Amino acid sequence: MSLPVQYVWLIPLLPLLAAGIGAVTPRGGVKIASAAAIGAMVLGFFLSCGALATALAHPAAHATANFAWFDLGAGTLRLGWVLDPIAAFMLVMVTFVGALIFIFSTGYMHEDERAKQFFCFLSLFASAMLGVVIANSLLLLFICWELVGLASYLLIGFWFHKPEAAAAAKKAFITTRIGDLGLLLGMLWLYDSTGSLLFYDGGHGVLEPTAVANLNAQLVFGGLALSTVIGLLIFCGAVGKSGQFPLHVWLPDAMEGPTPVSALIHAATMVAAGVFLMARVYPLLTPDALKVIAFTGAITALMGALIAVAQNDIKRILAFSTVSQLGYMMLAIGVGSWVAAIFHLLTHAFFKALLFLGAGSVIHAAHHEQDIRSLGGLRGPMKVTFATFAIGMMALAGVPFLFSGFWSKEAILHAAHGWEVSHLPFYMGLTAVVLTAFYMTRLMAETFFGKARTHASEHAHESPASMTIPLVILAVCAVALSLLAWPSPWLQHILDPKAHAEGGGAGLMVLSIVLVAIGIGSGWAIYGRTTREKATSADPLAARVPGVIAFLGARMKFDELYAATVFQLNAALATAADLLDRYVWDAAVRLLAQIGIFAGLVNRETDEDGLNGGFDATSESLRDTGKAYSRAQTGDAHGYLRTVAIGFVLLVLIVMLGGRR
Amino acid sequence: MNALPCTIYISFAGALLALVAGARSAATARVVALIAALTAVAVTVPAAMGFVPGPGLQTLVNHPWIPQLGIRYHLAADGISLTLVVLTGLAAVAGILFSWNIEERAGEFFAYYLALIGGVYGVFLSADAFTLFVFYEIAIVPKYFLIANWGSTRREYGAMKLALYSFVGSAVMLAGLLWAFAAGGGKSFGLAELAQAATHFSRFEQIGMFALVFTGFAVLAGMFPFHTWAPTGHVAAPTAASMLLAGVVMKLGAYGCLRVAMPLFPVGLAYWQPYIAGLAIIGIIYAGLVALVQQDFKFVIGYSSVSHMGFVILGLAAANPPAVAGAVLQMFSHGVIAGLLFAVVGRMVYERTHTRQLADLRAMPLHRLMPFAALTFVLAGMASMGMPGFSGFPAELTILIGAWKTQPGWAALGGVGVLVAAAFTLRVIQVSFFGATDKVERVDPNALEPVEVNRLHHDHFDPITWPERVGAMLLIGTSVYIGLKPDALLDWITPALQSPLMQAALRGGTP
Repeated sequence: MSLPVQYVWLIPLLPLLAAGIGAVTPRGGVKIASAAAIGAMVLGFFLSCGALATALAHPAAHATANFAWFDLGAGTLRLGWVLDPIAAFMLVMVTFVGALIFIFSTGYMHEDERAKQFFCFLSLFASAMLGVVIANSLLLLFICWELVGLASYLLIGFWFHKPEAAAAAKKAFITTRIGDLGLLLGMLWLYDSTGSLLFYDGGHGVLEPTAVANLNAQLVFGGLALSTVIGLLIFCGAVGKSGQFPLHVWLPDAMEGPTPVSALIHAATMVAAGVFLMARVYPLLTPDALKVIAFTGAITALMGALIAVAQNDIKRILAFSTVSQLGYMMLAIGVGSWVAAIFHLLTHAFFKALLFLGAGSVIHAAHHEQDIRSLGGLRGPMKVTFATFAIGMMALAGVPFLFSGFWSKEAILHAAHGWEVSHLPFYMGLTAVVLTAFYMTRLMAETFFGKARTHASEHAHESPASMTIPLVILAVCAVALSLLAWPSPWLQHILDPKAHAEGGGAGLMVLSIVLVAIGIGSGWAIYGRTTREKATSADPLAARVPGVIAFLGARMKFDELYAATVFQLNAALATAADLLDRYVWDAAVRLLAQIGIFAGLVNRETDEDGLNGGFDATSESLRDTGKAYSRAQTGDAHGYLRTVAIGFVLLVLIVMLGGRR
Repeated sequence: MNALPCTIYISFAGALLALVAGARSAATARVVALIAALTAVAVTVPAAMGFVPGPGLQTLVNHPWIPQLGIRYHLAADGISLTLVVLTGLAAVAGILFSWNIEERAGEFFAYYLALIGGVYGVFLSADAFTLFVFYEIAIVPKYFLIANWGSTRREYGAMKLALYSFVGSAVMLAGLLWAFAAGGGKSFGLAELAQAATHFSRFEQIGMFALVFTGFAVLAGMFPFHTWAPTGHVAAPTAASMLLAGVVMKLGAYGCLRVAMPLFPVGLAYWQPYIAGLAIIGIIYAGLVALVQQDFKFVIGYSSVSHMGFVILGLAAANPPAVAGAVLQMFSHGVIAGLLFAVVGRMVYERTHTRQLADLRAMPLHRLMPFAALTFVLAGMASMGMPGFSGFPAELTILIGAWKTQPGWAALGGVGVLVAAAFTLRVIQVSFFGATDKVERVDPNALEPVEVNRLHHDHFDPITWPERVGAMLLIGTSVYIGLKPDALLDWITPALQSPLMQAALRGGTP
């Protein structure tokens, strides 16, 4: 079975139709809405497999279908889709993970009276995300990108009756839009200098050699290649969407949304869209741009891992872990291995979705208790959740050989090690490896080991099959995806056949295995051997280095910093503008009005009985009925009308006389 | 095509009929008004279907009017006029649907309403500067009465301010026109003839005349710093009037800038271009910031209109085909979206809750009490913040593409405006409709389940009526349609920019 590029648009269309069905079903129709949503994703998955078959038949080709959207009077905006291995792998991943998460949601959301809406929004999201994946035009990508952001906003704020959720939704939307402003400007500049926004267009696309050479040759801002500047502007969009430093602040807050949303959007797919975007526009990126990307990625990877160590909310730990892993992916792009980035993107999507759904299962069972200090001992009552979560944890921590996360992280570290510019990102990445293993071990120990510390976790029970089956399937995938890289680097060959297969690196592999062992070992030593007695017991690490943990626990104070600078400035500007408008401009108008009233009064004296008899008759009738009229002001405006009329007549007369001359 | 002038006559006739019908009952008056507005639309549809886009104005009527002054009653249309005529028809119908509950002197209300509409049609179809001016004044006067009689909050003040601004604006604009008329030898007020004469004007004359005429019109387009009439006027106006004010009257100003000031005085345009762009950008960002801190629901929308009209002015200032085409598209788009926003705020919310203070609205679970209004406002808000899928996106994108061609910095700053728009729109959506729930968590500390209580005893409002639903769906549908297929209008607009008059403006006065 294969799906030619002309029909790939069917894949995003299916969930869009499902969203439409969800929108028109009456309030109670959860079953219809969820069935439509799941059906669309499953069908989309099969179509995506067909698309993958098509793409793998000619892995080096970028099959496209382009069309004109509208004409600007000078130039045309064109859209289109592309089918190549990277798009096809993303399609398969998004539809597969999406379908599982939709199924999980039927269990997770069954008590929510607005579940119908939830499925509608999820489908809308899926449609937009699939649109991002198949876009062959930066404009179409941007359109879907914005719609993805909208769906994310709606879903984070789904429980808007919680003030934190409403605030988080707004924060997510605005923060990512700050990045999107860069993307928009990059797009405008790209269009202005190339006259096209199509990625591939039979030699005329912006990612094809002619255009790239052209952009490399133009210098702006005293020496930077135009492609560097455009590449970095586009990167701004990726920084916002993919939670990179310094715009990462929205992602942890986004955990206020329902857990399936966190799994699908804020772990597996949407946040990875930035990485996908950079991989897509990779031909445009110059070494200068790549340097910035590599360091941003490395900083994000390390920062996210550090902060995750000191969080107590199960979802926030996972959220910062997502930030950190996205940093790895960006790092991979920056050091020139977009293939490693996509590989990690794919494996991460599975194991992080697994972890989030596992967390959702825990939260569901523990009556919405999310603080790991209040959980504990869940290993016994929740066997399936525990086992699958452990697999996800080992994949994320990079436990060797069996788990897919190990291979993809290895590929990134390998690429970072080979980067000629600097070794610093490599060492930052290595440090994050230890930290990742450490905080995940802490999470496991606190949640599943020891004894139940609150009423909620004592009475926890395993979740229903609709929730555990997706966990099992994802766990299988978290292991099976190792096959993409081992025993042979198959994915590497498919995605980038020209690149030579990088072998070796056994020494590096041993090093990272040792680091993972250190991370898990120390985590177990601190949190696993002697588990916490009460929910309120002190954290052993915080007891040793209280200052550091407090700083990390407060997320390195980024929110406070922004609150004190950006928000203050914005609020001050807005207030200043408001005052200016109220008092300065308005005062000027009032002054003019006084002059006007004066003119009106003078005027009324002079021509009360003159040419405005008819006008006054009308105004009399109005005046009688219009209750709150003040006489002076009525006179004023009518007087003003007269002033204008007379002035007009005078002017015409002057002109007539002047014209005769 | 030749039937287009009938839109003017139908509206004026409708105004008279509504006045007469109002003597019988309010219901008759509104039915008459709706029929008149629909008839005007019905006249427009075949004209639009048969319209052959092309450069230049296609004359519809051309009679001598005041021959001594070379004034002719000259009506003509091109793709730009047609776009705005279609907008006027839509806005007129929607406004009547949202005024369905007017009971107080409905005959007079609809008479003023339709007179305004007739004047607006007239402006969009005029090819003679004097004719245009007359229609322009006809459109302004009823606006004053609509606000002063049927308005709310500080209506006398709002109406006075608006009238003052409008008349000062018209006086300035008229002075500029008369100057051009006199300098051209006093032969004709025809736009084409004036433009021809203007090619012989000195640079000083061009610069001066452009400043007068453009500023005069720009006042009505809400250009910073002449914008303060707009928020107070919108707030004071009854719903239908604020819909028309934001929906079409502000477009009169922008249209005048594009149709009169720019082609007549291209040298003046080239001189003032950077200043206008600067004011437009200030307007976009400044009004957006002011909208961010307003406490009155309608003020937020009022300032958002100023911000969005800033994009129109920016597009005009950039003066190249994409920018100007985008500006016209934005006029249409904003007309539809602003109409919708004002309809929700003024009609659906205010007339049921009797408050527009966000602090009060926040305490009401409006999303539950009026879900249709909430949905409409969310969609309108999305459209307003330039979400793809709605008309605002292609319009603002096209303006930014054009602005970038002229001066990349303008586009970058305009982009900041899009960001601010997102901020104030999301704020007002959340505070107004989603600020409260009817669930108060755990009032009784011993109760395990949240107890449902009704916070403010606003347990129900009158349901949203059918005219409101139809009006809302009409406007949303239009915005989505143009959002997906901007070609539907751009195919009319872009050829119109090829006319010699427009080309002179777009070349920036270098013939």
